[in-house]
Amino acid sequence: MEQPNLSYIHSMSRGDKAFERKLIDIIKEELSKEKATYFDGINAKNYQISVNHVHKLKHKIGIFGLNQSYEIAVRFEDNLREGKTELQDEFESILQVMTNFLRNL
Amino acid sequence: MNCIIIDDEATARAIIGHLCSSMDNLNVIVEFSNAMKAIKYLNHNTIDLIFLDIHMPDFTGFDFIETLKNPPKIILTTSDADFAIQAFEYNCIVDYLLKPIKLERFQKAINKLDGIEGLKADPIAIENQDPSSDNDLYVNINRKLIKIDISSIYIVEAKGDYIQIKTDEHNYMVHSTLRKIEDKLPISTFLKVHRSYIINANKIIDIQDNSVLIKKDVVPVSRSKRSELMQRLNLL
Repeated sequence: MEQPNLSYIHSMSRGDKAFERKLIDIIKEELSKEKATYFDGINAKNYQISVNHVHKLKHKIGIFGLNQSYEIAVRFEDNLREGKTELQDEFESILQVMTNFLRNL
Repeated sequence: MNCIIIDDEATARAIIGHLCSSMDNLNVIVEFSNAMKAIKYLNHNTIDLIFLDIHMPDFTGFDFIETLKNPPKIILTTSDADFAIQAFEYNCIVDYLLKPIKLERFQKAINKLDGIEGLKADPIAIENQDPSSDNDLYVNINRKLIKIDISSIYIVEAKGDYIQIKTDEHNYMVHSTLRKIEDKLPISTFLKVHRSYIINANKIIDIQDNSVLIKKDVVPVSRSKRSELMQRLNLL
């Protein structure tokens, strides 16, 4: 499975380490909340809630340079909108990879 | 150039704010996580530019623009490429940035603004907009563009590569997709209740179990869409 990287954050921060730290902290906090709400929606089978949060999580997947995972998230978002949960396992694996990555930052 | 950022995602606001700080001519006045608060702010303040997220809960970026009588220049920010065509139907939209926004692409969007004389919205252009245009939809049938009054549409049904648009007067078969027409219909009135059906909520006669009756048509409602439909109703 592809692994997250900080290339995007480095390229747009242009060496501003304080900003990088601030952004990573914001992402950590927001990712945790979005994941929780996503899982609440999935567990309640209220897929509209989950769709909204897959959409937001998709942005973070892109930030960490997970290009193939981003495509999975796009397809999963479309699926969920139709009430289908195919790709759920793959999507949740991506969330886990991101969570593990952020834990070490 | 005074600007505001409207995005319900803190990460996006932080990134756009940082990108703005890298430009000499951009001054972020305030950030909003909620479009309604931004509307209140804009009722009493004038700004030159809005960075606007399309996908927000309860209120899309396009809904937001529709509420502004005299919109400033707007740069849309989104994770969806699907809305690009719709975006350029608005004179006030200068550019459309896909998230995550790259620095070079951001700079290019701002350079576009530099080439625009007078950053305030052009009142003449706004006055010249056809006020009825939002109420009509043009569809291409046999190389003819046919105008349909949106309020007369009661069901849109997907049929393979086509959609059938049922109106009070006629039914039309159009080579298109539900996704495309969904973007063109006002969300305050129309609702996708099933993967193959969009309905006009104002035309519902009754709802029973997992179906709605509209005129003489019984339309299935997906389990996942039922709660959304019920929220739309003025239930006693």
